[in-house]
Amino acid sequence: MAAPSNESQDYVGFDTITQQMERKFLKRGFNLNIILVGESGMGKSTLVNSIFASHLVDSMGRRTAQEVIRKTTEITPVTQTLDENGVRVRLTVIDTPGFGDQCNNERCWDPVIRYIKDQHAAYLERELKPQRDRVINDTRVHACLYFLNPGSRGLRPLDVEVLKRLTEVTNVIPVIAKSDSMTVEERTVFKRHVKEEMSFHRIAVYPYPSEEDDEEDRMLNSSIKDLVPFAVVGSEEIIDVNGTPVRGRRHGWGVINIFDETHSDFVHLRNFLLRTHLSDLIEVTSQRHYEQFRTSQLRQIKEIRAQQAAAAAAGGSMPGHQMQPAAAQVPTGPLPQQPMAQV
Amino acid sequence: MAPSAPSINSTMSSRMATPRPSSYRNKFEKRGMTYNIMLVGQSGLGRRTFLNTLCEREVIPPSEAPNPDSANVADPMKFDTYEVPLEEEGTRVSLTVIDTPGFGDGLDNTSCFKQLQDYIEAQFDEVLVEESRVKRNRKYRDHRIHVLIYFIAPTGHSLRELDIELIRRLGEYVNIIPVIGRADSLTVDELATFKQNVMRDIEYYKLPVYNFCWDESDSEALKENRDIMDFIPFSVVTCDEVLDNEYGSVRVRRYPWGTIEIDDESQCDFALLRYIMLNSHIADLINYTEDVLYENYRTKKLEVGGFGEPEAEDGDEETSHTTDSKKPE
Repeated sequence: MAAPSNESQDYVGFDTITQQMERKFLKRGFNLNIILVGESGMGKSTLVNSIFASHLVDSMGRRTAQEVIRKTTEITPVTQTLDENGVRVRLTVIDTPGFGDQCNNERCWDPVIRYIKDQHAAYLERELKPQRDRVINDTRVHACLYFLNPGSRGLRPLDVEVLKRLTEVTNVIPVIAKSDSMTVEERTVFKRHVKEEMSFHRIAVYPYPSEEDDEEDRMLNSSIKDLVPFAVVGSEEIIDVNGTPVRGRRHGWGVINIFDETHSDFVHLRNFLLRTHLSDLIEVTSQRHYEQFRTSQLRQIKEIRAQQAAAAAAGGSMPGHQMQPAAAQVPTGPLPQQPMAQV
Repeated sequence: MAPSAPSINSTMSSRMATPRPSSYRNKFEKRGMTYNIMLVGQSGLGRRTFLNTLCEREVIPPSEAPNPDSANVADPMKFDTYEVPLEEEGTRVSLTVIDTPGFGDGLDNTSCFKQLQDYIEAQFDEVLVEESRVKRNRKYRDHRIHVLIYFIAPTGHSLRELDIELIRRLGEYVNIIPVIGRADSLTVDELATFKQNVMRDIEYYKLPVYNFCWDESDSEALKENRDIMDFIPFSVVTCDEVLDNEYGSVRVRRYPWGTIEIDDESQCDFALLRYIMLNSHIADLINYTEDVLYENYRTKKLEVGGFGEPEAEDGDEETSHTTDSKKPE
């Protein structure tokens, strides 16, 4: 790199690493995986399409009488590549049609949790390979938008059950997507109840406090926490309001502008998700949720091997026996010969 | 648009013929007509507020703030009864409303249908027993449900499994009128599409919702009733505030982007529904319940047999009543 002639001799230049990283990043692009969890008709697909300002996913709701009513939760990932100013993102949106839609919703969350864990497992498997890719394709779920029902007093029993489990495996961001049927006061009361209930039931939603946070981070996170759950309105339509195009919804009694902060928290959610916390979401997925998964998996493997070693010592099992997975998510694939580094 | 004062004589309803005189009205002038309404729907769809707005007073007080520790537990379904004496256009109506909080709010809601069915059948059974008495109770009060208002969530898609199951299982015991709760979350187009989808589901699954056109004898009423059926499911928005302006007091719901007037028929069907429920169609709903739904139930019950007669009070062994009933086993 050309050095200006009047450059201070004390200037070393390692601060250019940010630009070097940026160039690498631009070439490589990145993966972003978001899962949408909520009953049908909560505005999931409209919200995601609004956030990314393009029609990424179709609504999976049943609209014709002939369509069969889903009996279980399905998992439908859709991947697209978006490009903004040279930065490429491979965005995967995972919808969960059928979730919470039956008369009996016991365990309707199982396919969702299983999917999230499977992505961790797939990543672990590739990481453990003796010959592994330089860059592993990251399908781990970075964020889960959980859709609450407007009009309820607060969390419903289904919400509590699912949120407890979801927050253990991924970053959860609760939202109310069709908040245009709630008055401002109703929203305030609802948010307060939800926060109390989440606190009581120890449901930890994203963002998480971290020792690395400085004052600015703490203030930002605190303002985010105040808004949770985000009361948003989504729209894929542009409406003409006295000559001005507005992205919003037209009712008989007024037009909602989704970008108007007095109408909805949409702008805050969008900025939070994409402009301030995007890289943190990806990092936290890797450092917190994936690590937890990895630790528990490797511990299990260690225990199984210890048991087998004990059995072999007692003359019970065949030597060189291939390890059988005890849990569904234990990675299959050849294991290294050395005992695993102690975790 | 000019706000309209809240009034029962809204534009649609004023086009309707005046409530047809029926023997019921004359008979119950003094005592007040007995009329029982049941409200069913998941929480959050505006059931309680609907009742308060319907009766123009606070019948059900706002529930207390929920306890955080009970968020994960669904209360079992209850039947809460409220007596609301009303006077509509000179007629006294002894209205009883049964609310059913807890319906559809748990993880597994499959037992809700049986509970509702049992409740409705129990009211029929009471009448069956009463009818069979030798000495009937002059002051007997009829608790049969004359209409069930079922609240559908405004998903914008179609009916859910819960909705379909409820109408399918209860339609033969009670008149079901489906309404869309919190309809202000849908735009005009979305509402029209949603209503269409719901009607298609009703036809496809042959769901027994209340047929306004069951009485074909009055051709003028029949035409009106056909028009009414076009509104099903009725869109309902409920009132938060009452504003005073130059036209009188107006019931509204206020948003940052505008204010919706509950009684404005171009904005929701609440006024029309209220008129149907409390004025024009009371007689029809009661008649259908008594003459058709109850009679069908009675026939089925007596054919099966084993429906005992109460002990004759003065020790007589023979009891004289209608020939259909069998002797007790």
